[in-house]
Amino acid sequence: MDGGMVDTKKDTLVRFTGVQKTYDGEHLVVKSLDLDIKRGEFVTLLGPSGSGKTTTLMMLAGFEVPTHGEIVLDGRPIKNVPPHQRDIGMVFQNYALFPHMTVEENLAFPLSVRKMPKDEQKARVSRALSMIKLESLAKRRPGQLSGGQQQRVALARALVFSPQLVLMDEPLGALDKRLREHMQLEIKQIHESTGITVVYVTHDQSEALTMSDRIAVFNDGIIQQIDKPDALYERPVNSFVANFIGENNMLHGTVENIEQGLASVRLATGEQVVASAVGVGQAGERTSVSIRPERVHILKGNEDAGHPNHLPATVQHTIYLGDHALTVLTVADNEEFMVKLSGGNHAGLTPGLPVTIAFRPEDARALDPA
Amino acid sequence: MAAFVATGAEIPLKRRLRRAERTRQLKALGLVVPLLAFLLFTFLVPIGGMLWRSVDDWEVGKALPQTVVALKAWDGKDLPSEAAYAALASDIRRATADRTLAVAAKRLNYVVNGYRTLLTKTGRALKEQPAAGEAKAALTGIDPAWGERATWSAIKGAGGPVTDYYLLAALDMQRNLDGSIVSAPEEQSIYQGIFLRTFGIGLGVTLTCLILGFPVAYLLASLPPKQSNMLMIFVLLPFWTSLLVRTCAWIVLLQDQGLINDGLRWLGILDHPVRLIFNRTGVFIAMTHVLLPFMILPLYSVMKAISPAYMRAAASLGAPPAVAFVRIYLPQTLPGIGAGGLLVFILAIGYYITPALVGGAGDQMISYFIAFYTTETVNWGLASALGAVLLSATLVLAVVYGKLVHGTATTGGVKN
Repeated sequence: MDGGMVDTKKDTLVRFTGVQKTYDGEHLVVKSLDLDIKRGEFVTLLGPSGSGKTTTLMMLAGFEVPTHGEIVLDGRPIKNVPPHQRDIGMVFQNYALFPHMTVEENLAFPLSVRKMPKDEQKARVSRALSMIKLESLAKRRPGQLSGGQQQRVALARALVFSPQLVLMDEPLGALDKRLREHMQLEIKQIHESTGITVVYVTHDQSEALTMSDRIAVFNDGIIQQIDKPDALYERPVNSFVANFIGENNMLHGTVENIEQGLASVRLATGEQVVASAVGVGQAGERTSVSIRPERVHILKGNEDAGHPNHLPATVQHTIYLGDHALTVLTVADNEEFMVKLSGGNHAGLTPGLPVTIAFRPEDARALDPA
Repeated sequence: MAAFVATGAEIPLKRRLRRAERTRQLKALGLVVPLLAFLLFTFLVPIGGMLWRSVDDWEVGKALPQTVVALKAWDGKDLPSEAAYAALASDIRRATADRTLAVAAKRLNYVVNGYRTLLTKTGRALKEQPAAGEAKAALTGIDPAWGERATWSAIKGAGGPVTDYYLLAALDMQRNLDGSIVSAPEEQSIYQGIFLRTFGIGLGVTLTCLILGFPVAYLLASLPPKQSNMLMIFVLLPFWTSLLVRTCAWIVLLQDQGLINDGLRWLGILDHPVRLIFNRTGVFIAMTHVLLPFMILPLYSVMKAISPAYMRAAASLGAPPAVAFVRIYLPQTLPGIGAGGLLVFILAIGYYITPALVGGAGDQMISYFIAFYTTETVNWGLASALGAVLLSATLVLAVVYGKLVHGTATTGGVKN
């Protein structure tokens, strides 16, 4: 084995190459998937339902067969490896804890099917129980546990046999908000302390942003963008990602010219704005300009913040949210243009008031028309 | 405020709650009254009547009342006193005149063969009541059987008003002259064997139904709805045909000149017919066919509730399909196996018409004998006793099953 091979093996644990999947022979659920997952990485597949993210996970787990393309796990194509030989831990949406076994027996199951010696099974089970802090409930059946406890047992069961990869299919979907946020941190902490590779599927973007090293945004069977959470939010490459991740304002128009990476866009209502050219190629193309609510300023009086983009707007209403307020304005043809204001800056913005908004060209991104 | 509610309003609150609950309960009771009444008159009363008949013993007490009274004090060690002989002579004469002797004769004939002849012979011979002190001599003169203890202990044993004779007989047991319970002589012991045969056939049919029904139920639970509905129609189809028709259809199929034998011979697999009917094979085939849906339906309902995620989870945890099936799937189907098995077994041990039609003489089950004693020999006591034994065996099974299921009940891993 030469050095290069060792390196590839070390860095990339999972590689999808040109993977396609169809169930009915007519529609591709996964259209074309190329994805590398590094060892130790926490990658989230994020997307609306029906976007192909769960199918991708199921193909990796071995419960679905790719119609086309190749999946390589740890340097080995896994097309012909049945699920039970893949050595992949999995946490299911409804936990799938075996109802006829106690917590202990559930945790020992993957060890006993591997014919591990009894004393080592015992040691591992008790280590797993202490990791999830449920030592006192070892003899309970899953039906006697709360949702959060079941979730923790499912997590421990997927980790107890030290798999090289753990898949999680919307594992927190059934929990209430507070517990979900708590479990997010717990999973993140377990990931960091064990160094295990995690592929996580969710449709909840805040969950994805909180936990992931990288997020792959799925839509329509295609990865729209794969990036670090901040990059995904700050620098979406297309309208779908811009709209899907966080709050977003869109202004629709036509590109007049592109100079030094900046596109000059004439809006449908006649105003002109300058935005970073991201998803546009040449003048005359239709485009949607994306601006995050917190990057927009409402100008007071004759103040000029040095922004080249000035647009007239009318206040619709303001939603007060404690640490900040969201003021909804009509800007050009967009009647739900949101501006995030903090520190009481929303005072005096009564409905119907005409104002001027401003934003920097680098905070506005000219993307494909939405 | 809280203290006030807790102390001052406690009693009226409880009373109000009871009152509110009582109205609700009365309404609920009103709704089930018709069913309760129906069950009482069509189920509890007949079963109670049957159970009573298995211990009821009135015939001898009615025909020979004075004898029964006179024998009360008899210890059974020697022959009874002269007074008993006199009472018997008087009873026989009156009963002969009233024509009530026959029922008592029939009852006593169960215990001692030839009792009927003895009584009618004595009745005919006793022209008049023997003189005081000569009753014993007169009766033993008519038949020496009157000088035997067994003849007298039969009357004492059947004196009523209740007896364990039928129940013991149903278990191949009887009381000897000293009144202790012993096994019946070998040539009269048939019911233990028949109960064994009944439970054997029941068990065999249950196992066959389980082996055949399990994969079908699994298919039903896992196929897409369209195919699954179609399959369900095939499973339920037999219910739309009468039991008798189905059983007769098996005769057509299985007889020596039937479709199956003819087909096998036409294919050259056999050169002479295999006996498939009027023996145990026929009973098993026909009963399994009739009872299969009762196994499939409970299994199906349990399997339908088992999420496919469990098998996936088992696979992801490293279990090969066979291991996952045995350790994860099968244990979760146990309630269905138990319910289906119990249902099929209980139905099977009560089967009458199917074994009667497709079985041989050696394949008749206990119900056949119950029917035989009810309709052919009109020995309702023994028929009821056999029924009572069958009923208690069934109840024991149901209770054992109830305990087992209760002990392993789970709420499942998924919270609703």
